[in-house]
Amino acid sequence: MNIVALFKLVPDLVEELEIDGNGTALNMDFLRLIINEFDDHAIEQAILLKERGGAQVSILGPDIEGVEDVLYTAASKGADRLIKLTGDFQGKANNHAMARAVTSALKELQPDLILTGVQANTDLDGSLGPLLAEYLDMPYVGYVSGVKVADGKVITRKEYPGGLVAEMEIKLPAVLGIQAAEQPPRYIAVAKVRQAMKTATIEVRTLAESDLSGGSTIRRMFKPEAGTRAEMIEGSAEEVTTRLLDIFKEIGVL
Amino acid sequence: MNQDIYVVIEHLRGQAADISYIMLGGARALAQKTGGEVVAVLLGHNVQSLVNNMSADKVLVVDHPALAEFTSDAYQKTLAGLIAEKEPRAVLFASSSIGADLSGVLSARLNLPLISSCQRFSADGRPISQICGGKIMVESDLPEVTTLLTMIPGGYKPEEGQSGKTPEIIKMDAPALDDLRVTLKQYIEAEAGDVDISKEPILVSVGRGIQTQDNLELAEELAKALGGVVSASRPVVDQGWMPTSRLVGKSGKTVKPKVYLTLGISGAPEHAEAIMGSEMIIAINTDPAAPIFDIARYGAVIDMFDLFEVLIAKVKETQGIR
Amino acid sequence: MMPYDAVKSILVLIALLASFGVFGWRCYLALQGLRRGQSTPAFGGWGERIKGLIVYVAAQLRLFRFKAPGIAHFFVFWGFLTLSLTILQAILEGLLAYTNPHFVLPLIGNFGPLALLQDLFILCVALAILYDLYLRLIVNPERYKGSHKSQGLMVLMFIFTIMLTLAVTNGIRINLNDDLLQRYRPVSTLIGGLFAGLNPATQTIIEETAYWIHLGVVLLFLTELPEGKHFHIVTSIPAILLRNLEPRGRLPAAPEFEGQVGVKQVEQFRWRQMLDFYTCTECGRCQDMCPAFASGEPLSPKLLMMSLRDHLKDYSSASLPTRSLIGDAVAPSTLWACTTCYACDQECPLFIERIPLIVDMRRYLVNEGEVDALLQKTLANLGRYGNSFGQSERMRAKWTQPIQPVIKDARKEAVEYLWFVGDYASYHVMFSDITRKTAQVFQKADLDFGILYDAERNAGNDIRRVGEEGLFESLAEKNSAAMDKCKYNTIITTDPHTYNTLKNEYPANGNHHAVLHYTELLDQLIASGKLQFNKKLGYKVTYHDPCYLGRYNGIYDAPRRVIRALGCELIEMPRHGDRAFCCGAGGGKIWMEEQPEVKERPAESRVREAAGMSGISTLVTTCPKDLVMFRDAVKTAGLEGKIVVKDLIELVSEALELCKETVREQM
Ligand SMILES: Cc1cc2nc3c(=O)[nH]c(=O)nc-3n(C[C@H](O)[C@H](O)[C@H](O)COP(=O)(O)OP(=O)(O)OC[C@H]3O[C@@H](n4cnc5c(N)ncnc54)[C@H](O)[C@@H]3O)c2cc1C
Ligand code: SF4
Ligand code: SF4
Repeated sequence: MNIVALFKLVPDLVEELEIDGNGTALNMDFLRLIINEFDDHAIEQAILLKERGGAQVSILGPDIEGVEDVLYTAASKGADRLIKLTGDFQGKANNHAMARAVTSALKELQPDLILTGVQANTDLDGSLGPLLAEYLDMPYVGYVSGVKVADGKVITRKEYPGGLVAEMEIKLPAVLGIQAAEQPPRYIAVAKVRQAMKTATIEVRTLAESDLSGGSTIRRMFKPEAGTRAEMIEGSAEEVTTRLLDIFKEIGVL
Repeated sequence: MNQDIYVVIEHLRGQAADISYIMLGGARALAQKTGGEVVAVLLGHNVQSLVNNMSADKVLVVDHPALAEFTSDAYQKTLAGLIAEKEPRAVLFASSSIGADLSGVLSARLNLPLISSCQRFSADGRPISQICGGKIMVESDLPEVTTLLTMIPGGYKPEEGQSGKTPEIIKMDAPALDDLRVTLKQYIEAEAGDVDISKEPILVSVGRGIQTQDNLELAEELAKALGGVVSASRPVVDQGWMPTSRLVGKSGKTVKPKVYLTLGISGAPEHAEAIMGSEMIIAINTDPAAPIFDIARYGAVIDMFDLFEVLIAKVKETQGIR
Repeated sequence: MMPYDAVKSILVLIALLASFGVFGWRCYLALQGLRRGQSTPAFGGWGERIKGLIVYVAAQLRLFRFKAPGIAHFFVFWGFLTLSLTILQAILEGLLAYTNPHFVLPLIGNFGPLALLQDLFILCVALAILYDLYLRLIVNPERYKGSHKSQGLMVLMFIFTIMLTLAVTNGIRINLNDDLLQRYRPVSTLIGGLFAGLNPATQTIIEETAYWIHLGVVLLFLTELPEGKHFHIVTSIPAILLRNLEPRGRLPAAPEFEGQVGVKQVEQFRWRQMLDFYTCTECGRCQDMCPAFASGEPLSPKLLMMSLRDHLKDYSSASLPTRSLIGDAVAPSTLWACTTCYACDQECPLFIERIPLIVDMRRYLVNEGEVDALLQKTLANLGRYGNSFGQSERMRAKWTQPIQPVIKDARKEAVEYLWFVGDYASYHVMFSDITRKTAQVFQKADLDFGILYDAERNAGNDIRRVGEEGLFESLAEKNSAAMDKCKYNTIITTDPHTYNTLKNEYPANGNHHAVLHYTELLDQLIASGKLQFNKKLGYKVTYHDPCYLGRYNGIYDAPRRVIRALGCELIEMPRHGDRAFCCGAGGGKIWMEEQPEVKERPAESRVREAAGMSGISTLVTTCPKDLVMFRDAVKTAGLEGKIVVKDLIELVSEALELCKETVREQM
């Protein structure tokens, strides 16, 4: 069984985000890029599947700063192939472009199962998984928090709001959008990553020219006008209640 | 292409989700710009009654046993045909376990643009999306072709998508729904036993300000009325008033609910660090200098015991009406 | 028929051969595990080592930390030494019974004062044994829980019997005028008096019987020695001689075995560490001091040593070891319970060190990714951001913002003092105000100081003790690189944990500047008159010694002198100085999930201790983690209004009457 996990690097929200001079993109100078949390779960899920039933696990990620760390960490967990994708990922690259560009590299790996994070904090044109699935003509199920492999198919736990879970059966090959691995991603000691740096090799694939169509055209980017301190609701219990109810309704709680 | 705005109604186990109404509200706002109609699209089996209070000009209903429960393959096939045939100006999906599975695949299959995480539309009808955990807003152009959008709450209220009258219903035929690659085996209910607060969308969180265990009942009552559960800071758990599974904070769980309503929690860093992922924090505290107000979106300096009675009554009243 | 004396000689010879044979064989069995151990770095510092023998073996200095039991042990030990000559006498006497019926040891055998000393020791040892029996049977302190009780009692009975039979033999010989030194043996004379009325033949039979019992028990004891805790009679001498002379705050490097980091199997410990397993006397002094044990966590420093000993024995005798070291012999929860407070190792009369053992096993667990979720998150934060708070490094110096004049950037200009602020002092909102006060105090004293701003990283003391050696190394490299680029003379730290690693462990990274804790610096500034207080505070306070300042680095007096210089009256808590009770945060515990077994958190026990002292309103600390832990504990223990927790710098700032800024003192 060939499992491929695909990851992205996204801005670390711990850092203050800045918008660039044109007002249409994030200022990359101040960004720290980290692995998309859900992709980390996708990698973990791939490794868990390998540990449980045996598989060849390949990890793919775009060649930007930080990619090697993620790949070597994955190697320490037990990934078999590490692949770095070179191409234009900076600036305006979107998921449509990425999905199209990566299809040939993926086909070459002949995957039975492709795992990606269900979403990423920069997604503006949907998430990567469903786009990939369609370009590869595979079925897609997202919001997955558990995967079992049974011959020629997988049984997944798909999550709905309120704790309801649907067990879905999907014919392979397929793409899954992972929300959570069955176990949280394991800790990899620094020494192990350093070890992997010495022993593991990273392959490189060059991606085709990116075709941005299908994504959004950004007109402007801005920060929501939230003060640092809470907006205070003044007044009596009745007045506070009235305002709270409005807020609850606004966000769809009531 | 026409100028209509389509809304793919999201429903689960016989109930329309709030987001469906929110989307109808958004669709109305957009339709006013484009000059088209608001059209709800309802896929399912024997679900027609769901449309009764929807504020839409039309409802397209596709009824088929294979659509009774959501599966991505069957829904995608159905919608692909429908969108290709009708060519509306925009199709709104929920940014959810259902909508996200549909919109991406359809965008690639039909070669239509997709704009996700849209919260509202600008005055001239451009979608405004929220990314980076709410830290960044993005205004995009609405392309001049049928555009798919996924919507998140926050821009429109559910009421805006409701109306007293039942819209016109148009029945549509489903395509051939065989040879499906994805099938639903079964639903698994949330396990009994204690709730997992890290997954709850609505948390009423109490701190030492609650004073006694008996007072917890008030918090429980409020949480129940809101459809959420109670969580707590450490002093409350330490007293044994709540199980450890409800502890939020450094030594407890990290939570990311839609709304985190704190009552009598000061906002110490060991607590605060675990709630930063909440979409909205609302703080009730008698101390105007409590650090919780530094991280909350809304706050009120008021004694929670003055608030409980009125708030619980009003929330119950509101829920009762719907 | 053979004469009795001949039979006696032969029987004694056989008994001797048999018992020494058994003793030797059992020693061999017991110690063969050691042969499997790893090599130990060469031992230097022999002068110091020999001195240790005198101070800790001969003078038994550490034992007196428990007074009465210490005195009892002192007498038993010295009694044993002096009376070993009488044992030698008894053995030779028996061996030579046929050829030389009236044998006495040459030279010393006829030396009156020695006889007197020995006679007195018979009494002292007997009394000490009676006290020990009372202790074990009647008092039965908590620290003995889990020790081998019957074994302990058996040995006490052995020694008592040996004393009694010796006195009886000697006494009867005095009665029968067989003893030239009789006037030097008052105790024996007294005992002999009991038998004086019997006829000489009967007395001789009793004497002979007592002799046989004496010798028999001595030899039986010998065979029993290697079996249990009393093996320390043999092993304590090499153990103390070869004790660790490195600074306490310097952990040995992580052992590595073909890609494995840390210790997974018992044979991966060094043989010197294994020697400790056999040396532990099960006295439980360590357990008595252990905050983890006291709070109900599944760790007893004593039982840990005992299980390691048992496991090593099993391991080295069984051909196929089935029990694992971590998991079967020692539970991971036991390893994670330790705060590395050093109270146990400080107390152990035999200088047994278990923190390195615990850390080596933790290193294995960490390398296998077996850490709890909170620790995992924290380690990930430390790896990514260089601080345990998961905040951007750009926020590290945010606390400096209101400070005027601006604090020097040591990376840009030369300074006298490089202030290594540390994570808690930089990021914890409860502490940033205190950190600002520290800066103000430094400025008031005209100190030429600077900080590293966002180039500072967690110094790694607790990361190392958690067992994440690789992360420690990478942070230490980054810090060292940043510090190397600065010009300065002395490092000052706020956090004792930081202090410890910078002072003791960074030299391995080529950092050889002097390191001062801020309390040492204040002490110097006061002594040199650079800091003068107009105001006398006049508070009655008590002081908590942070583990990494006190026990680890011996800094007890500097903070106390500062407190007194402020015009405060210092009242000591019952547990103070090197017996200060850990707050429970150290060794990375503050980053781990709390265990459900915990009955009373160490910090709560500590603030109760402070609050229980009459007239004390303030608990003073000199460690940011202490402050956070204790302020929290004051709340959870319901002691608000009874005691406040302050960092020493707050008092200093108050005495200097530095302008108040908006203080959010206690949240
Ligand atoms: C290592 C460590 C780990 C910790 N882990 C956690 C953790 O996981 N979770 C956690 O929560 N804490 C944790 N803490 C404790 C944390 O530091 C705080 O002590 C704790 O969060 C305070 O809880 P609180 O806000 O409920 O109480 P307080 O800080 O006492 O605050 C009570 C608040 O209630 C307000 N109040 C009082 N009466 C009323 C009223 N009638 N109406 C409205 N408001 C009122 C007060 O103004 C005050 O702000 C940890 C501490 C340490 C040291
Ligand atoms: S170092 Fe402290 S916590 Fe650890 S075993 Fe020793 S006394 Fe107990
Ligand atoms: S380790 Fe030391 S203090 Fe602890 S029981 Fe053994 S001998 Fe006593």
